[in-house]
Amino acid sequence: MTAQIAIATADNDLRALDPVALHHNVAQFLFHEARLADSHDYDGWDALWEEDGIYWVPANGMDTDPETQMSVLYDNRSRIHVRIEQLKTGRRHTQTPRSELARLISNIEIGEVAAAEVTVFANSMIYEDNLRGETVWAARNEYRLRLVNGNFRLVRKKIALVNNGKPMFTLSFLV
Amino acid sequence: MLNTETRPAGKVDYSALIEPTRINSRLYTDPDIFQEEMEKIWYRSWVYVGHVSEVPNRNDYVTKSIGPTPVLLVRDRNDEIRLLLNKCPHRGNQLCAYRQGNRATFTCPYHSWTFSNTGDLMGYALADGYEGASKTGVGLGKVPRIAIYRGFVFGSFAETGPTLEEHLGGAKAALDQLCDNAPTGELDLRAGFLQHRTKANWKFMVENETDGYHPGFVHGSIFQVTKSGIANLYGKDSIALTRDYGNGHTEFDLRPEWRRIDKPLNWFGTTADRLPDYVAAMNAAYGPDRARQIMIDGSPHTMIFPNLFIAEIQMFVIQPISVDESIQHVTAVQFKDAPDINRRLRQQTMGSVGPAGFLLADDTEMYERNHRGARIRDPEWLVLTRGLHRERKDENGYTIAHSTDEVPQRGIWRHYLSLMQEQPA
Ligand code: FES
Ligand SMILES: [Fe+2]
Repeated sequence: MTAQIAIATADNDLRALDPVALHHNVAQFLFHEARLADSHDYDGWDALWEEDGIYWVPANGMDTDPETQMSVLYDNRSRIHVRIEQLKTGRRHTQTPRSELARLISNIEIGEVAAAEVTVFANSMIYEDNLRGETVWAARNEYRLRLVNGNFRLVRKKIALVNNGKPMFTLSFLV
Repeated sequence: MLNTETRPAGKVDYSALIEPTRINSRLYTDPDIFQEEMEKIWYRSWVYVGHVSEVPNRNDYVTKSIGPTPVLLVRDRNDEIRLLLNKCPHRGNQLCAYRQGNRATFTCPYHSWTFSNTGDLMGYALADGYEGASKTGVGLGKVPRIAIYRGFVFGSFAETGPTLEEHLGGAKAALDQLCDNAPTGELDLRAGFLQHRTKANWKFMVENETDGYHPGFVHGSIFQVTKSGIANLYGKDSIALTRDYGNGHTEFDLRPEWRRIDKPLNWFGTTADRLPDYVAAMNAAYGPDRARQIMIDGSPHTMIFPNLFIAEIQMFVIQPISVDESIQHVTAVQFKDAPDINRRLRQQTMGSVGPAGFLLADDTEMYERNHRGARIRDPEWLVLTRGLHRERKDENGYTIAHSTDEVPQRGIWRHYLSLMQEQPA
């Protein structure tokens, strides 16, 4: 499959885009990102991120402060890259063999729209199968996407697992 | 051969399953053994519950556990630390449904009996139905013995037995060493816990915490990617030590390596100039010489049997749920009033541990594979011979050996055997 479809906007301004077109473009990007994660395309997924990217899975609530409270995962750009590089060694044991994954991204809503950035809300449901067995993950996600050269890029992805206050199994795939 | 069919319940011959240098796989997989562990270890000996800093204010409470049993760690209305059981004495209803909060009383949702956070019954709803009944003796269950060492709250369900300090023995020094790293001498554990669900018997975790043989292999991926020198601590030429403190407490002692390198905060992968506020506070608190020594020696890597693991910058609490399921609760070590180092402690902890951690996700993968392996019938016996020929005693008489040797695991099982062979008083 090809990479993302270029987004044509007047003056590179997302606010000038027809809302239906914006929603469509955002959805296509989220589906693209989901496919890269499901298929363990580590380099492809890594390349989506901007330099100021934040990849965040909070714990013990939907909105606990990641600067003072423990999160399951709270990666800046360099740590995202470390995570990818570890997966690529082939000796990230929890992903050797890899999880089999299929996820649904739904309930996509457009939040705040700026000239070159858009906030998006969506739900995700991820089916995982690995050596331990089957696990279903459910999350309310929040994304901040940036328009760069006609393509969206990831600035922020927050994955608020609905049961993040309870004990959870190892979460070592790209969520 | 053991005949599991005719063995009377509670009559496992543990000496037939645990030898000094090998153990039987059944110890990890037999549900009857798990039940007996509950009675002889988890509901008898000292178990770590929580830290006083988690309930800083009067009437604070937080839900903790002893084994599978939930326990409320409470700072009551009189400022006293208590361990209450979350069970209404009327019809057994779960009294408190929240993980933490602040309240002086607990009201049962079923028939509205109200209890003080001291555990005493304060009032019956529709009290006319209890005319003449006394309220004393109808309170909440309590963990009968509670003891606090440097803010670490332990509980024991046995009315009598060794004191906490007797139980900790030499491992007490590890808690001292940890607290010494705080400029105030106090921890402040309020960053919240990650709860890592693990489909494996709890003892795989206890044994692995001070297993220095695995990191080079299990964690090789992250050591490689981050170009970490940590692997050297677990290599052939390491002068770090494994130690058996007795009573099941074990340690991975990195101080010989840190002293050889002789750089403050090297243990934490940083340098003094990156944490100026912390270093200044340490110097002010301890004087420059003692502060320098503390910052060279760093924080301990010690497993306090059966459930408290200090992993230098993290604190784990191991909770058995069933014979094949456990929860690893983990939080960042945080020092009271030391924001600059605390931030770094949290960041590193979040990277390393919990369900997505660079380290613990792989350890946990091993635990789950260990458990699946243990279910396989042959070979029945698992081998704990590594480093037998180079065991020796340290200046305090504790057994030590090379950082990759199985001194800790042999010590854990020796203690386990003594507990499981004890007859109820
Ligand atoms: S069960 Fe609690 S008041 Fe009845
Ligand atoms: Fe490990």
